[in-house]
Amino acid sequence: MTKFAVGDFGHLFVIISFIASLVATYAFFQSAQSKGLNNSWATFARIAFFVHGASVIGVVASLFIIIYNHHYEYHYAWSHSSNSLPVYYMISCFWEGQEGSFLLWIFWHVVLGTILISVNRTWEAPLMTVFCFVQVFLSSMIIGVVIPYLDIKIGSSPFIVLKDFMGDIPVYKLNPDYVPADGTGLNPLLQNYWMVIHPPTLFLGFATTLVPFSYCIAGLWKKKYTEWIRPALPWALFSAAVLGVGILMGGYWAYETLNFGGYWNWDPVENAVYVPWLVLVAAIHTMIIFRNSGAALKTAMILVITTFLLILYSTFLTRSGILGSSSVHSFTDLGLSGQLLIYLLVFVFLAKILLIVRWKKIPGTEAEASIYSREFWIFIGATVLCLAAFQVIATTSIPVYKAILENLNIESNIAPPVKQEEHYSNWQIWFAILIAALSGIGQYFWWKKMDKQKLWNAIAIPLLASLVVSMVILYFADLNKPSYILLVTASVFTIIANGAIFWEVVKSNYRLSGGAVAHIGIGLMLIGILFSSGYSRIISLNTSGLLYSKEFPTEMNRDNILLWRNDVEKMNDFELTYKGSRVEAKGFPGYVPKEKLLVLETDYKAIAKDDISYKDNIYFKKGDTITIYPENTFYEVLFKKGNEQFTLYPRAQVNPQMGLIASPDIKRFFDRDLYSHVSSIPSPDGERKWSKAEEYTIKIGDTLFLNDYIAVLQDVKKVSFIPGVKLTPEDAAVTANFRLLGKQEYYARPAYLILVKDKMIGQVPEIVEDLGLKITFLHIDPVEGKFTFAVNTTQKDYIILKAIEKPMINVLWLGTLLVVVGLILAITRRYSEFIKMRDKGIE
Amino acid sequence: MKKSYIIGIVIIAVAIGVIVSTAGDASAYVSFKEAYEMAAEGDKDMVHVVGKLKKDTTTGKIEGLLYEPVTDPNYFTFLLVDNNKEERPVVYYHPKPQDFEKSEQIVVVGCVKNNEFVADQILMKCPSKYEEKELKATAVNAKQ
Repeated sequence: MTKFAVGDFGHLFVIISFIASLVATYAFFQSAQSKGLNNSWATFARIAFFVHGASVIGVVASLFIIIYNHHYEYHYAWSHSSNSLPVYYMISCFWEGQEGSFLLWIFWHVVLGTILISVNRTWEAPLMTVFCFVQVFLSSMIIGVVIPYLDIKIGSSPFIVLKDFMGDIPVYKLNPDYVPADGTGLNPLLQNYWMVIHPPTLFLGFATTLVPFSYCIAGLWKKKYTEWIRPALPWALFSAAVLGVGILMGGYWAYETLNFGGYWNWDPVENAVYVPWLVLVAAIHTMIIFRNSGAALKTAMILVITTFLLILYSTFLTRSGILGSSSVHSFTDLGLSGQLLIYLLVFVFLAKILLIVRWKKIPGTEAEASIYSREFWIFIGATVLCLAAFQVIATTSIPVYKAILENLNIESNIAPPVKQEEHYSNWQIWFAILIAALSGIGQYFWWKKMDKQKLWNAIAIPLLASLVVSMVILYFADLNKPSYILLVTASVFTIIANGAIFWEVVKSNYRLSGGAVAHIGIGLMLIGILFSSGYSRIISLNTSGLLYSKEFPTEMNRDNILLWRNDVEKMNDFELTYKGSRVEAKGFPGYVPKEKLLVLETDYKAIAKDDISYKDNIYFKKGDTITIYPENTFYEVLFKKGNEQFTLYPRAQVNPQMGLIASPDIKRFFDRDLYSHVSSIPSPDGERKWSKAEEYTIKIGDTLFLNDYIAVLQDVKKVSFIPGVKLTPEDAAVTANFRLLGKQEYYARPAYLILVKDKMIGQVPEIVEDLGLKITFLHIDPVEGKFTFAVNTTQKDYIILKAIEKPMINVLWLGTLLVVVGLILAITRRYSEFIKMRDKGIE
Repeated sequence: MKKSYIIGIVIIAVAIGVIVSTAGDASAYVSFKEAYEMAAEGDKDMVHVVGKLKKDTTTGKIEGLLYEPVTDPNYFTFLLVDNNKEERPVVYYHPKPQDFEKSEQIVVVGCVKNNEFVADQILMKCPSKYEEKELKATAVNAKQ
């Protein structure tokens, strides 16, 4: 009974949090309309918000208790967790399900709301009205209540009991109190450290876009048209930093875990967060224009509002199921699409109406900015960012157009572009060139008044220097497309120009250097992206004879190569050898060869068939019982290039629900990454087919021909110890020692046992993995001195491998780091400006 | 002419360019019949065909699937039945996608060449793990 109470409490907390957010919205609204700062409504509103916050924490705690204690009578625990899941991945269970990810989002809003209440004075009431109103919508997504009489379900509760979810399935008729013994587990792809930190970061990014939006709406509402920018700016910068880092973490996770071959795939789910980020960055630039010159206020407002609305739109895209088969990210439709659409439309209309009503009163500048002013160029930059965003969203929304047309009863067969990567890159590269060039030029208009002569004096040296540097890069890199050449030149220019500015600024006040640092980072990122994507090179080109596909030489895709176990295969300038499959063992630093282990059925244990050592230290002795981690199999592949050699361990999991899941292994060099993953293995379903046994009766010294190998029976010896078998002193055991000669030399020692006590005989066959051979010791004829063996053969072990070289990828990560550092510098500067003004009593 | 007008015109021109390219690059969902008609007319645009794997009606076994990595790891072929129940072979010059057999619905992206549908991409819709039969299976195991 107590178990059920946890879920009931959880559900109660959800309902309280929903009602409290409604109350808080109303109370903050009244407080904003009243006079004075600490009116009675304000106190009441804060209490309501804290009740809301406390119950959200209650919801999180209840859900965690359910997952942590494996209460599989709840659907959430059953479908997202399992008994063997480590505690640190239990956190990931929260965001595997949609309900949990809404919860995470709500939680961040509570944290941000609490901070905003404590740092703001005059802004608190109108700001929090918007905040709490958003919370009303979000908490309604997880409320899971059916409205009586209307039969409309609102939200999907994470506390739904499995029995209610499944309905009338037979097992509940047999046993109404049935509780599954184990959950179905967390998606193995999510069992990765990046998946513990990526979703919270991304959702913090989502949540923080609400802050500048709320300031903007509060400014429009309270007719403080210009004042909202100062407090909103540090938050907008913070949001851009967090959202940007969140997006890149997702990319990095995809690069490390999925076998797509890259960090960015123009997947709708990725695009849906990239677009608001671009608009947010554009918004920040227009906010800076306003702070410097008083211009572009209306544009700043529109962009800040659009950023938040785009976040809502992306939520709608990814969670309503509308993307369907056009995305690799699977999202189950929880029937929330209607609710999500209402959420989106309410904010679109409210924001639009408010803007229209106040439009004429928003101060603007009549005079046009001179083309020799900084503002002009920043404005152009912001425009380019918005156009880049528009290009991505126009194509990503294709499934939405189709849905709209179908709702209007118009038949439509429109599908997303086939060559998505080309479609997006062909546009985005030109936007990137413009952005790189502008972020270099823009920095030279430090002083408001510039003229042709001054500009030329300032720009000549950096321009010349970047031309020289990019010539050198072009000479070595052999770039052939005009767009690539321009992108490199523009990126080098922005790095040099901003580097010079940085040097000037840092001498006087490093606090002002944020912009320069961030723009250097952008330049580096663009170069890293260009080389790692534009010049990624497939190493695993298959040059072996092809049987099926002679008819389509142009269509041929030879990206994957077959590697027989322990056979050297040449590809490009590398020599590759697949050395065998490995598993990880507890307390062992490397990977243990599978053939050295006798895997037991229970509790992830195995027995060592031989001594297992790592770098000359013996970790396990023959016969030791070892704890292994059998989920992942690692395929050891030796890469050799001249004198240089290294080993990669791409891994794969055979998962009962998802089949073979391959993840890459990456060798990191200073100037490039070597990325490799397994595309196929002999029996991904885990079943092995052996041929019918052939029997041989031979004497010591006789030879057999097995799979192109000569097998010599060297001797038969009595042994006292066989790994994995309990021998009593009365029992007898012998092994036959085979030497197999061919390209290489192998040994096989099948064993024959006489278990006196159990009145049984037994055989322990030996499998030679490299040759796909199984030898079983069947029978001993002591009179004739003859021995009988059964030999089965199977498919020789192999893997299909894909290997890609990605140059300069570290430049991308370095650039990312600099962008974040630059943004942090800018955040501290802008935040201290806000605090100064607030403490003067102005805000 | 004011600068803002010039900028406005440029923005509109780029936006139109974006829309035109989106419309131009957009593919289409078609049936096998249309895909073969397009090939006959010499239209080489890639299209999307939605369908299911061919399965034996009684045993439910998948028919016509061939992937022999030992002979050629980059050749995979299968039979696809489109929504008009038309059955055609599909060739895919990549390794067999993981978990291919389990997919409920398959979208192949490509075009017809030499009377065969050559897929450039395969999108699979796998059954969600929330399906009832999963629990039935676990329930049976639990009783044993």
